[in-house]
Amino acid sequence: MDDLDWLEAESIYILRETYSRIDRIAMLWSLGKDSNVMIWLARKAFLGRVPFPVMHLDTGLEFPETYAFRDRYVREWNLDLIADACPPIEEIDPTLPPNSRLAARKTAGLKQALAKYGFGGIIAGIRRDEQATRAKERVFSPRRSDGEWDFRDQPPEFWNLYNAEFPPGTHVRVHPLLHWTELDIWRYIRRESIPVVPLYFASNGKRFRSLGEIGITFPIDSNARDIDAIVAELETIRTPERAGRAMDHDSEDAFERLRVAGYM
Amino acid sequence: MSAISIKDARAADRRAFPIVIVGHVDHGKSTLVGRLLHDTDSLPDGKLEQLRAVSEKRNLAFEWSFVLDALQVERDQGITVDVTQIWFRTAQRRYVIIDAPGHKEFLKNMVTGASRAHGAVLVVDGKLGVSEQTRRHAYLLHLLGVAQVAVAVNKMDLVDHDQHRFAEVEGEIAAYLNEIGIRPRAVVPVSARHGDNIATRSTAMPWYGGPTLTQALDGLARRLSPIDAPLCLPVQDVYRLDDRRVIVGRIESGQVSVGDAVRLSPTGRRARVASIEAWNRHEPRRTAGAGDSVALALDEDVFAQRGHLLTSQDSAPVASHAVAVRVFWFDETPLHAGRRLRARYGTANVDVTAAAIEQVIDVETLASGPATQVERNGVAEIVLRSTQPFYLDTFADNPRSGRGVLVSDYKVVGGFIVERVLQRSSRSVVAVQASVARAEREKRNGHRGAVLWLTGLSGSGKSTIANGVLRRLFDEGWQVQILDGDNVRDGLNADLGFTREDRAENLRRTAHVARLMAESGVIVLAALISPYARDRAEARQIIGEDFHEVYVRADIDLCRQRDPKGLYRLAASGEVTAFTGVSAPYEAPVQADIVLDTTAEAAARSIEALVAFVEERCSLGRHDRHGGWGAVLT
Repeated sequence: MDDLDWLEAESIYILRETYSRIDRIAMLWSLGKDSNVMIWLARKAFLGRVPFPVMHLDTGLEFPETYAFRDRYVREWNLDLIADACPPIEEIDPTLPPNSRLAARKTAGLKQALAKYGFGGIIAGIRRDEQATRAKERVFSPRRSDGEWDFRDQPPEFWNLYNAEFPPGTHVRVHPLLHWTELDIWRYIRRESIPVVPLYFASNGKRFRSLGEIGITFPIDSNARDIDAIVAELETIRTPERAGRAMDHDSEDAFERLRVAGYM
Repeated sequence: MSAISIKDARAADRRAFPIVIVGHVDHGKSTLVGRLLHDTDSLPDGKLEQLRAVSEKRNLAFEWSFVLDALQVERDQGITVDVTQIWFRTAQRRYVIIDAPGHKEFLKNMVTGASRAHGAVLVVDGKLGVSEQTRRHAYLLHLLGVAQVAVAVNKMDLVDHDQHRFAEVEGEIAAYLNEIGIRPRAVVPVSARHGDNIATRSTAMPWYGGPTLTQALDGLARRLSPIDAPLCLPVQDVYRLDDRRVIVGRIESGQVSVGDAVRLSPTGRRARVASIEAWNRHEPRRTAGAGDSVALALDEDVFAQRGHLLTSQDSAPVASHAVAVRVFWFDETPLHAGRRLRARYGTANVDVTAAAIEQVIDVETLASGPATQVERNGVAEIVLRSTQPFYLDTFADNPRSGRGVLVSDYKVVGGFIVERVLQRSSRSVVAVQASVARAEREKRNGHRGAVLWLTGLSGSGKSTIANGVLRRLFDEGWQVQILDGDNVRDGLNADLGFTREDRAENLRRTAHVARLMAESGVIVLAALISPYARDRAEARQIIGEDFHEVYVRADIDLCRQRDPKGLYRLAASGEVTAFTGVSAPYEAPVQADIVLDTTAEAAARSIEALVAFVEERCSLGRHDRHGGWGAVLT
């Protein structure tokens, strides 16, 4: 097994644990590179089909290329898609900095979906290397009924003996990509030929390294026009992946506040 | 096999080497990690400047530990709350470091980090020397099987880089580690704050000729995948693929190839591997080994479920009802003998009793002595007992199948490794005792006892079919009874509602009743919606081979039309909540023993089909029922 085989096997194990042990699960499909890898791993885990709904928390503010991607692959991959609109900005905590407030619409959309569909588990494609706050996560991470994350009192995780059962009223965030890095993701996309939104590839000297909504996501300077070039770029790059995501930079603790309140 | 091992060894270097940094609080772990990142040139551009700016804004002197203490609360409280994982690279290889905190109450977080680690750095304050948590952390490394350890004797600048002080601390920690069987790869004098002997050799300690910390790390060996050990594959689940069932799981040890003869425990069923299924592969897999997540199709359609263990035929696991384990206990409530817990190992989940506390180990002195309880964060040797069989090895024989966790009230309250397997099951004795009484009953009845578990939506026809079969079999002289979901809920389970937990408990109790009846020779027709696959699997586990799953399949629209109890109408209006098929899920069986499709078939035909099924599976022959020789029971 090489390093990608190892990561793949571990993620498949986590996805199968989730499916066996948690009632009513859904996978978050942000349409970004990581969540496409996650869907790919689910098809591997379940031998071709994804046996639970995938959920796009739709703010109406994605790039046109992103919507085109969604509409194409929901059919090609035969996905059971939930794409309810997130609550409008007026309903979001006005004390949050402006960009974070936009991002918090997704949290509100997730809470709305949890209440509507009664999901016991949500599979999300976050990675430890993305952001320091995410580095604190567990693979199976319980959330109180209000969606809040109590990072001070997280359950221990021994070896691969995950705890997936929690008291009634708790829901679980499952993170099958937690131990992947950005570079692992691109090398796996290359190996498996996984489709991604074309905005990741450079045009006119710019490309998106992390994909979010219009207005709060910005491209980086890059000439990487294909996956090989992206892999080469990442092997030397020294800036953080989420540098182009405005809500991370509103204030020093903005992203932490978002996550404690239930953001992915 | 050798080809895989060589490839594995080559590929291993591309995988980040996971290490954990442990040691007493304030001995400088976070500082060491921050410095390590900086000195190996592994920080993102701008990170250091950003943190320096934040420190200035807050009027704090910059500390290297700020690099890791990225959460605001941590900086406010001045302690690292939890495990973080950060990547760095030496000339040799990539590393992922898990900054394990030293605060005593955060021990469960340290374990979380260390149980993923292949190696560890134990940080000891050169001025203060070995402290309580130094020993406790070292002891936990030993319990978790992390044997590759480098020691950093930190803060050498505070003792004037004194060679003799270093030798004292080195002697103290080496003595302790040796006693618990850890041979440190190196003991390095460092000053994390100033970067001495981290990645570059210190000029302040010319008397030291050993490796720097990064050189010591590069000398740690990766834990090998146990590919040469016997095959151990805990069954995670069983999926239906086209018309076949496939067994899925992650191989803990050993390897498996197409054509291999395998065995399932506890059923003892044997089969050969027909194929290793995978999606989106160019060529079919012939072999898989430790670490692989696989999907196996067998040449025979043998029954399997989560919690079973797949091994090779010649290395069947030993069943036992008691194991002596070394436990590390996390719960606020101390552990007393007699406490009931759940043990989880592999994919098994077993009710256990902490039968005895043999001895509690003082990690300071390593002395062990008798005790009546295990305190929080304590280590002890205890005996776990269960009525269900354990399939555990000793940790020394096979670490992957010799360890587990203890769960109580949804919380992981401890971890354990197996020291000794006690009380092997002598199943032949049990079988003879049980089968004598039962065989006699069955001979008299002319049929075996069995449970026909009818599952399906409300209104699918379960009760109608069960009653039809009851009448037919009774008239033919069979011992037969109905266990109807609604009736059971009237009495035995009157205290239960329709939440997820209550539904599970309802089925668990009903399954135990059905089992008692089947053991007394009766054909039990259990008609319950039983919407969750997991609950039905538990019923099957309780009842054993007498369990036959009967899927009464009917279209939801048809059930809604029939609505014999008016419940769909109430569900639609919201008067009944959590109603299966409307506001709660129904997980259709993937491996039912018989499917009755009441959408297509009239009830009479379904009754015929089930009667025929029961006669085929349970009859001992018509003439036997009237006093002839009974068939040999298996």
